[in-house]
Amino acid sequence: MIIETSGLRKSFISRAGREKKTVEAVRGVDLQVAEGEVFGFLGPNGAGKTTTLRMLATLIEPDGGEATIAGADLRKHPGEVRKLIGYVAQGGSTWDDSTAREELVLHARMYGIRKTEALKLAAEALEAFELTEYADRKCKTYSGGQRRRVDIALGIIHKPKVVFLDEPTTGLDPQSRAHMWDEVRKLRDLGMTVFLTTHYLDEADALCDRLAIIDHGEIVAEGKPSELKQEVLGDVVSVSLPQNVTGAAELFDSADYVKKLETGDDSIRLYVEDGATAIPHVLRALDSGGIKLTSIELHRPSLDDVFLAKTGRSLRES
Amino acid sequence: MKFLRDTWLVFQRQMLLLLRNPVWVGVGIVQPLFYLLLFAPLLKPALGPNTTDAEAYKIFVPGMLVMVALFTAFSGFGLIAELRAGVIERNRVTPVSRVALMLGRSLRDVVSLLFQAVLVTLLALPFGLRVNVGDAVLAYLLIALMALLLSSVGYAFGLALKSEDALAPMLNTLIQPIMLLSGILLPLTFAPAWLRRVADFNPFNWSVQGVRALFAGDPGNPVVWKALVILLPLTVLTVVISSRQFARSVR
Repeated sequence: MIIETSGLRKSFISRAGREKKTVEAVRGVDLQVAEGEVFGFLGPNGAGKTTTLRMLATLIEPDGGEATIAGADLRKHPGEVRKLIGYVAQGGSTWDDSTAREELVLHARMYGIRKTEALKLAAEALEAFELTEYADRKCKTYSGGQRRRVDIALGIIHKPKVVFLDEPTTGLDPQSRAHMWDEVRKLRDLGMTVFLTTHYLDEADALCDRLAIIDHGEIVAEGKPSELKQEVLGDVVSVSLPQNVTGAAELFDSADYVKKLETGDDSIRLYVEDGATAIPHVLRALDSGGIKLTSIELHRPSLDDVFLAKTGRSLRES
Repeated sequence: MKFLRDTWLVFQRQMLLLLRNPVWVGVGIVQPLFYLLLFAPLLKPALGPNTTDAEAYKIFVPGMLVMVALFTAFSGFGLIAELRAGVIERNRVTPVSRVALMLGRSLRDVVSLLFQAVLVTLLALPFGLRVNVGDAVLAYLLIALMALLLSSVGYAFGLALKSEDALAPMLNTLIQPIMLLSGILLPLTFAPAWLRRVADFNPFNWSVQGVRALFAGDPGNPVVWKALVILLPLTVLTVVISSRQFARSVR
């Protein structure tokens, strides 16, 4: 495991007017991230994602718990950890009046890399992130997507083992987002372990090999996206009916392939293990019961259903 | 070695950005010029009926130099902009020395201050100011120390407050009494005894006296070494405190 944490905790004191309140941002996070995977940290805003990431990136000190990153102890040897990781903050990290090349060279040199080598690395990174054309223009002239690519290039200029990306696609247009997903996959192909936070369900689903869902500072689920989704009741077959909803529902009372049944005003929802094999059974049962249907739909569970099942809320709403 | 190299890296970048923005050069020239042209003529008769231009400038220019040095505390503003842009955080995830992050920036402030100081001195020459080069260099050393001290104070406050709105009143409240109690504009010899006693506790009062003694061609005056002895430990202290701020969590 390239990242291992146990019981990582952090609380902040927040002041609302005169009142001081302790906010437990992260309450005991245990994580294991394998080398070479894209690991996602999914949760609503304020769940403790960024705080956890900042602790792992040595930017804030944990109140309690342990963590090792690529074999280095986070609390005892933060200096060692810094050499092994890259970090890309959510809000950007470039200076308006600097150029991308200047930023990259300086950043590389801060890792102790010599100037000639730093220049070479910067040129490579600019090429890899399709920034060569703008390399010597000031950062303030860049588009949002370009600027974000500079941020990522800065985070990996020294070829770290682990790179932390905090909400890498927040605020990007759909095209830049898709582009960024490709960049993240490229990092994995280069052998880096990517640890990213996101509050986008589709991003966690499409991009991450494994993920942890965090809510109120605690991890509520961890696993591959497909596994997590299977844990939740399986697929849903929903049948819309013009009439006789109760009659239709009765047909499935004794059907052993239906794990759970819900009735609506003009529809029934059947929770089944595997939707594709269940649909023929459902249609046959309805037919033999002489019940007509308006439509039948197969709904595969999303990560939002996982979140809903674990926290009782929908991620879209929180 | 790593520490020196890191400091040089940070300093280099800061200088590059400073030189890229020529506005400050204009401000650096115009501001002292205003004081030299508009305030110094007021001082001459105030000092006594028989005061010459040269004498007035010998008293006034050292005060100006210290005043310009006091303003390096406003370094905190630039830092808050860097905090907001995420530059400081990006620096902090690298193994770069935390002291270097502070010192590299402070040295930029020292260099730009020395540039201003030399300029002020040169601009005062046509008005009759005469000063020994050796004495001037020693005086510049004193104000360089002050600049280092005050810019690190500015950085410490900037990192702690993280907002320009909070930093501005804070620095004004801090610097105004320091300025008034150091005889920058008028020598404290005019002050009543109690005010002079209070001013004795102001380290920058000693600096002003030290710089004045040097500009008066009196480097053997005890106020010169006293000013140095007072400034040195204070500077070390503020540099350490400010570097710690850089190392600590910055939200």
